[in-house]
Amino acid sequence: MALSIGATNLLDCDVEEPNVHTLLHPTKLQTSSVTVPTPLVNQDKCTLCGKCAEFCQFNAIFVGKTKTMIYEEMCHSCGGCKLVCPDDAITEVERSIGKIHQSSIGQTHLVYGELSIGEPIATTLIKAVKEQVKADAINILDAPPGTACPVIETMRESDYLVLVTEPTPFGLHDLSMAIDVVRELKIPFGVVINRAGIGDEGVTEFCKKNDVPLLLEIPFNRQIAELYSRGIPFVEEMPEWRQQFKDLFNHIVELIQNGE
Amino acid sequence: MVNEIAVISGKGGTGKTTVCAALGVIAEDVVMADCDVDAPDLHILLSPSIKTATEFVASKVAVIDEDLCTECGICEEACRFSAITDSRVDPISCEGCGVCEYVCPEDAIQMVERQSGNLYDSDTRIGRMAHAKLLPGEGNSGRLVTEVRRLGTKIATDNGISTVLIDGSPGIGCPVIATVTGIKLGIIVTEPTMSGIHDMRRVLELLGKFRVKATVIINKFDLNLENTKAIEKFCRENDAEILGKLPFDPIMTKSMVAGTTLPEFSPEHELVKMLEKMWKRVESIVKSSQ
Repeated sequence: MALSIGATNLLDCDVEEPNVHTLLHPTKLQTSSVTVPTPLVNQDKCTLCGKCAEFCQFNAIFVGKTKTMIYEEMCHSCGGCKLVCPDDAITEVERSIGKIHQSSIGQTHLVYGELSIGEPIATTLIKAVKEQVKADAINILDAPPGTACPVIETMRESDYLVLVTEPTPFGLHDLSMAIDVVRELKIPFGVVINRAGIGDEGVTEFCKKNDVPLLLEIPFNRQIAELYSRGIPFVEEMPEWRQQFKDLFNHIVELIQNGE
Repeated sequence: MVNEIAVISGKGGTGKTTVCAALGVIAEDVVMADCDVDAPDLHILLSPSIKTATEFVASKVAVIDEDLCTECGICEEACRFSAITDSRVDPISCEGCGVCEYVCPEDAIQMVERQSGNLYDSDTRIGRMAHAKLLPGEGNSGRLVTEVRRLGTKIATDNGISTVLIDGSPGIGCPVIATVTGIKLGIIVTEPTMSGIHDMRRVLELLGKFRVKATVIINKFDLNLENTKAIEKFCRENDAEILGKLPFDPIMTKSMVAGTTLPEFSPEHELVKMLEKMWKRVESIVKSSQ
């Protein structure tokens, strides 16, 4: 869609496994590091009282017989340990958890996050990617799979959500779980069926029954799959699809405007 | 001792769950554990009947007593997750850290336990299964994964079963880390696409970091033979054994649409023979590393 509608700001929020750049092949990257505040214990001041470990809800602090240890990866950076320490023994230092890359490719400005391997918390990095949302541009965000916190963090504050599924029992089940979450967020949404024809009619029937707008169907097509495998966006080799995505985009704009 | 083997993928949609269920049927004597808790699909193929369901409570959420609150705004300022606006808590943003409760001068905030999901101990036609479901909008998938693994291992121990076969979640974040920490063997299901290769490399690095032995299955390998070669080369150079390659075949989706596993749907199919070979290899790898 981003490659079919002119100038866009494209943000890959699937920071655990970012993939948009494997299709757009950016060359000149502007990279910056994303850091989070992490506690640092001054062992000279620490009296091993254990108040910090008791307060920490994330099991990130262990007070031993001679030393207080921080498990940095478990830390959610709430700052609570520093607050409760009676001896002022805890300060916070910035720790890198990943990177943000930016690049312009034609009319597309690409921003993507890359979580460092072994870091469990993706949401902080997603927030940092979303700081690059531009108020005066069309911002398209690529969300991670699933229904947990990283997806929710990506979806929040969006004007419209496009749920991409496939017409199989797995697709239907995960779609209906995603819709449960989207309804909690109260953001308008519609469905795109990818690989239409490979499975059954379950998703189509579900959408009809639940008044969920079915926005577009992309058929299962070996050419599309092969182009994807080679890292080529299929709209580039099959330009007839650009119009379909343009229409889809205009339709979404109409839906947003009518909703307001 | 119980051996845990996890099927993961990095990228979503590579066929991880279909392969995992097929291996589960072939293995015969295993406990299945679905650790893809925020999009669990294994139950669609195995139709479990739930024996016991347990509420899963792992975190807390801040609740403000409006009568005591003076709207001083101290909590709002202290919250690092922007979960409090105009003295109201947004439960989706609240991470349950307890900082607001601590800083409130009026004792108007209490941290209360919240249910994040359900944990299930079930029977299926191929054996026992541990699984779970995260409630919409809840976090803490990592801890729920840990609970599913604990339950799977307990069922195995109680019934003298030596293996737990885990269906993991995509990505490399907290649910995946919770899935692979301390397991015996990781099976990465990948596909020969640029994104498939990219994601496999990251998940391989993750397994390396946690010192888990890694093996790879290339699904739909004939979709792009050049990329398949690139995957084989990369795996050779990085000490990850390729268990096998599966060609693209619509029968994978057909068996899923029928709500069953591939070996049950079409026992004589060539894909099933290939998967049987792969499982034999898995067994001998696990045996030799004891």
